[in-house]
Amino acid sequence: MIGEELVQLLTPEGERVAHPEYESTLSGEEIFGLYRDMVIVRRLCTESTSLQRQGQLALWAPIQGQEAAQIGAGRALAPQDFTFPTYREHGIAWCRGVPPENMLRLFRAVSNGGWDAQKYRHSVPTVVLGNQVLNAVGYAMGIQRDGAEEAVMTFFGDGASSQGDVLEAFVWASSFNTPVVFFCQNNQWGISTPMSIQSKIPLYHRAPGFGFPGIRVDGNDVLAVYEVSKRALESARVGGGPTLIEAYTYRMGAHTTSDDPTRYRIDAEVEVWKHRDPIERVKSLLVREYRVKTTKFDEVAAEADTMALKLREDVLAMDRPDPITMFDHAYAAPHPLIDEGRREMVELGVSGGSH
Amino acid sequence: MATTTMTMAKALNEGLRRAMEKNKKVLIMGEDVGKLGGVFRITDGLQKDFGEDRVIDAPLAESAIVGTAVGLAIRGYRTVCEIQFDGFVYPAFDQIVSQVAKLHKRSDGVYTMGLVIRIPFQGGIGAIEHHSESPEAYFAATAGLRVVSCSTPNDAYWMIQQSIEHDDPIIFCEPKSRYWEKGEVDLDSPPAGLFDAIVRREGSDVTVIGYGSSVKTILRAADTAATEGTSLEVVDARSIAPLELDTMVKSLEKTGRLVVVQEAPHMASIGSEIVAELSERCFYSLRAPGVRVSGYHVPYPPTRIEEDYRPSVDRILDAVDRVMGYES
Repeated sequence: MIGEELVQLLTPEGERVAHPEYESTLSGEEIFGLYRDMVIVRRLCTESTSLQRQGQLALWAPIQGQEAAQIGAGRALAPQDFTFPTYREHGIAWCRGVPPENMLRLFRAVSNGGWDAQKYRHSVPTVVLGNQVLNAVGYAMGIQRDGAEEAVMTFFGDGASSQGDVLEAFVWASSFNTPVVFFCQNNQWGISTPMSIQSKIPLYHRAPGFGFPGIRVDGNDVLAVYEVSKRALESARVGGGPTLIEAYTYRMGAHTTSDDPTRYRIDAEVEVWKHRDPIERVKSLLVREYRVKTTKFDEVAAEADTMALKLREDVLAMDRPDPITMFDHAYAAPHPLIDEGRREMVELGVSGGSH
Repeated sequence: MATTTMTMAKALNEGLRRAMEKNKKVLIMGEDVGKLGGVFRITDGLQKDFGEDRVIDAPLAESAIVGTAVGLAIRGYRTVCEIQFDGFVYPAFDQIVSQVAKLHKRSDGVYTMGLVIRIPFQGGIGAIEHHSESPEAYFAATAGLRVVSCSTPNDAYWMIQQSIEHDDPIIFCEPKSRYWEKGEVDLDSPPAGLFDAIVRREGSDVTVIGYGSSVKTILRAADTAATEGTSLEVVDARSIAPLELDTMVKSLEKTGRLVVVQEAPHMASIGSEIVAELSERCFYSLRAPGVRVSGYHVPYPPTRIEEDYRPSVDRILDAVDRVMGYES
């Protein structure tokens, strides 16, 4: 399933492997930092799934299995870069500094966004598949006009790779040589739709047809994802144009908490990928090569639990918004139908009024 | 007052030029907008004067024209997207309703979706299929968008500039059959606010409301009606969404009779909305039910027969007769 074309710097067993073009530049401390990030976002994910099961969230889109893809890419970003996510980029959001409770506002159905996109340089979630990829290319066109040394990274999955918007974005990025990195997490499944009917060729093979490089990286190898992302971003910032990165990974859980993957995929496949766990292989490396002690790992686990506890408290404290807030920011300028709606809501006693 | 005579096409061109001179963040993007100046020459000469970075010849992909303008807006640019013809806007529909209309809200007001989507709309030029449609109701029905239409060169000159300066996304509908008609343009001050309706002709018997290409047809009908002793008050809605109802209400309170004219079919249309709003607001002033003169409920016909589809002077006068026929 995984060919030799895959960039990998760390095997599932945690052994380093040489690659002719890429090598890990990270120190032991930095690798431990990536491990910590991955453990925390996995914990964020398990807590959120629990919250959903307990009726506290409307929905949750888990990322188990994809932590290395997201943390590797997220930590390769420079502060000045900008990111355009889907609704599943919790690891990227974490790297951009978005507070976990803000990530859950969408899923608690108290907001359609959740955070200040300009402050964190991380756009709001996009639920319509592929829309954000074109928006990212437009943002990159703005960077070009500003003459800034910045890059955009945009995220989508194997499912969205069939969307016209994604393919139009490839055309534009190529024609205008925009500073954008297309980061595709190929987690093998678009809800129940397998890769085999999304594409007859590896997704990264599409890029040369559009006129820019494509590369497949082991999406469960955080060291490789980091190096591949870093190089693509650096190239984009200095006029090297777009790159398509296909992070080859696996969605260990369901598409969302509303999904039941046992209806369409077999356990044996999941078992194979369990052995490729992105966190375990880094832990093996840290123990063997850097002699990291058990107590250090325990500290990270404790930190993750503390984060989860606070997340739970924060989510439970998120009250139903005042209904009148639905009128806020529908338009930037005054609008008669907004005024009319607000007035009616106050007259009906639904809300106390001005917000 | 400096006035000059020009066509609507030239007025749009001059309005765009002035907006680009005033604000360096204003861009134009569309198919064939550069060297060619657009298929209707609305952007003629602008690429030569402002460069390829500001007047962008786009690959042929409407969703991308709008989708990248969204990203440019997030970056602080104001892009005027040119959709070549009304019937070609649908590939961009997803970006328009899912992102353009909603991102200001979804970002809690952090993003300003300052962009303008210019659409040459309505028929009357003898084109082939997909070049004569009236899609304005789709956009008017979408919260987050605003929809306007010009009917004179003066409005074209000012409304395009007002749209570019506005912080909400604007669907700017240009009546392509009026592009080559000349009119006076006041270069010093706008005729009205962007979202204001204007009374084009005062009258006392029937209020006739329209927008875009229909306004001139209504004015011709008013000339004819006058010779027959019926006085029509002609209101140019200008803003399709939101509607500026005060001007319409004031007129209807005077006349008591309402006709609305549009090229779009009447089902779930702007005309339907105007009739509903005014029926609610002017119930005790009405001396007859509001009547719509519209395109028929068929796909836009082959253009050899389009003049039997588009509201004509005769059909407007027939509607006037009908509302005048109610005793009160």
